[in-house]
Amino acid sequence: MRRTITVLAVGALLMPAGCATDEPAGAPSAAASAATGSGTGAQSKFFVRADYDRELALLDATPTGPAGKPWEQALQPAMVDTAKFKKAGPYKICFSNAGLNNPWRQVGFKTMQAEVEAQRSRIKEFVHIDAEGKDQKQIADLNDLLGKGCDALIVSPNTTATLTPAVAAACAKGLPVIVFDRGVDTTCPVTFINPIGGYGFGHVGAEFVAQKMKPGGKVLALRILPGVDVLETRWSAAKVAFDKAGVNVVGVEFTDGDPAKTKKIVNDYLQRYGTIDGVWMDAGAVAVAAVEAFLDAGRPVPPINGEDQLDFLKLWKEKKLTAIAPTYPTYQWRTPVIAALRILDGKQVPSPWKLPQPTITQDNLDQYADPGMPPLHYAMCGCTDLPGYPDRWK
Amino acid sequence: MQLVERRPLPLRFRAGSLVPIVVLLAVLLVLVAVRQPGFLSPPSLLSFLGRSTPIVLLAAGQYFVIVSGEFDLSVGSLVTAQVVVAARLIDSEPSRTWPVVALLLAFGIVVGALNGLITTRLRVPSFITTLGMFLILVGAVYRWSGGAPTGGLSEEFRRFGRRAFEDVPGVGRVPYALLVLLVVATLAVLLSRSDFGRTLVAVGGNPRAAELSGVRVWRAKTLAFVLSGVAATIAAILLGGYSGVSFQAGAGLEFGAITAVVLGGVALGGGRGSVAGAMLGALTLETLFALLNFYGVSGALKSTVQGGIILLAVAVSAVRSASR
Repeated sequence: MRRTITVLAVGALLMPAGCATDEPAGAPSAAASAATGSGTGAQSKFFVRADYDRELALLDATPTGPAGKPWEQALQPAMVDTAKFKKAGPYKICFSNAGLNNPWRQVGFKTMQAEVEAQRSRIKEFVHIDAEGKDQKQIADLNDLLGKGCDALIVSPNTTATLTPAVAAACAKGLPVIVFDRGVDTTCPVTFINPIGGYGFGHVGAEFVAQKMKPGGKVLALRILPGVDVLETRWSAAKVAFDKAGVNVVGVEFTDGDPAKTKKIVNDYLQRYGTIDGVWMDAGAVAVAAVEAFLDAGRPVPPINGEDQLDFLKLWKEKKLTAIAPTYPTYQWRTPVIAALRILDGKQVPSPWKLPQPTITQDNLDQYADPGMPPLHYAMCGCTDLPGYPDRWK
Repeated sequence: MQLVERRPLPLRFRAGSLVPIVVLLAVLLVLVAVRQPGFLSPPSLLSFLGRSTPIVLLAAGQYFVIVSGEFDLSVGSLVTAQVVVAARLIDSEPSRTWPVVALLLAFGIVVGALNGLITTRLRVPSFITTLGMFLILVGAVYRWSGGAPTGGLSEEFRRFGRRAFEDVPGVGRVPYALLVLLVVATLAVLLSRSDFGRTLVAVGGNPRAAELSGVRVWRAKTLAFVLSGVAATIAAILLGGYSGVSFQAGAGLEFGAITAVVLGGVALGGGRGSVAGAMLGALTLETLFALLNFYGVSGALKSTVQGGIILLAVAVSAVRSASR
């Protein structure tokens, strides 16, 4: 989802103005009026109750796999046979990457490169092609890779629907295909790797904010932009949690992931309502900007959720915030390499491969808020045991 | 056939007059005050002015370019480039702050000078020159940073855009940015009234006449682009300070600045207008957006409103000059 944010942000600007009036959630005036109840508006059309229930159940499930290595663990795994892909090594592994266009993907890709290095004895060549966030380029990249004699193909698709035929064509060539992060609409890949998902993320943050804030207080929900499935699921789970808790959500605003805009929005709400008692965010990129808006205005920072980006974790520790950080872990970039090697060994792998999605809380904050790491690093990289740590990620 | 003598309409202002923009700003402030009385209290108003400083600076820079008959579309991407470069070079190391600020200023001057020289010496229309510069900067920053910003800004760097003099008697908090605004605004007004400022207006009004009367048109225009580059640099320092490093730091600012300049009564094509009008135009635009926010209008409408203003203001000004 992250790679498409910029593209969609542009799209959102070009959308006809009429959209704003269709969606009560987007309009602060509607949100502010008492008639709309808790102010969370209509449920997102991306909301699927069955998926929501399953993800929330997974949050409490115990993963199988080696303890302390969540990138090798799986939740409720269904194993598939891979004997037909068994092959003698060392291997040539190819990776078609949607893009490197945000800090999350940068950290993830460094982690993947380090995993490849750790497995050097078994991987003779690692080919990486960056699609730079463009569907058309990724379709061409996949086609090119098919002629390169890869033993296994890892794909992180740029968008789901558009890349599906290209991935299906790769499967048809007979080499094992592993998809991770965002999915495709075909089951032909050997496995699909991703963490629990957006409902789990949104739910964890919203429950925390609802519990920790003063009863009857005012919550501001900050979203990046509408219409992106992963972000919509995060918000729709938060909405369910807020509605259930009867929280007064005074505004649901879109920040476009822009820190300056985020600060302005929070300032505006502080002016309009006097106090804000809780902040929920659908992604952590602008969490620091939101916290700074309270600090700069000389107001106490209310309970808030961010993500595992170091700038937020450091600020949380330094200012002793009441905070929580659900994660979309970057360690999922390690798993496809591990999966490729297992498949080429003919060993069974989970399919789909659901990774645990840990949460950073006050109790384990010190473990992740490493002052030596740069502000845009993602702490849940599972990379501290990999070659080149920490310099590779700096 | 004799032309009928035109009688001046009662509500007609000298071209470049500040009266219309001041009236518009006053009306908007009254509307804001009705909806949100707290907005006009000193701390809230000062913080609003502080936040508006970057766009006011850009409008001032854009004024010099537009009044000389050119455009500068590159300022938004220049701001983004400066913020991203600053974050990567400073890398959260306080001691690097001042050298990097000096480097940014030099970079802004070089970009401005290139814009100016390509426009005047190579005779590429400035619309194309600065559009090209916009794309070059976007691509270069993307390539150089690998697609996502790295590093971090030091607290030293950020304080200009973020911090304030606390507990000033009577008004409370006075943002540093506001002082920057006052200094730059004063300099801009003085500059626009100097010989150089008048020369620029003459160049924009009639370049041939200016040339024949001994003005080195290319030099005057190039300096105007350099001023715009410097304004963008200061805006970048304030914006980066306000919000931290972001790839969106400067997105859309070029259109904001042009809208503000046009709103402030400066003629596109050059030769008419005042820098005070341009800066008041920027404040008016920001006040309008604040008003829309208080009435709960979605922020997504911002571009639509800006586009409407540009078209309306240019149409009004074109009709007025045609009827002169």
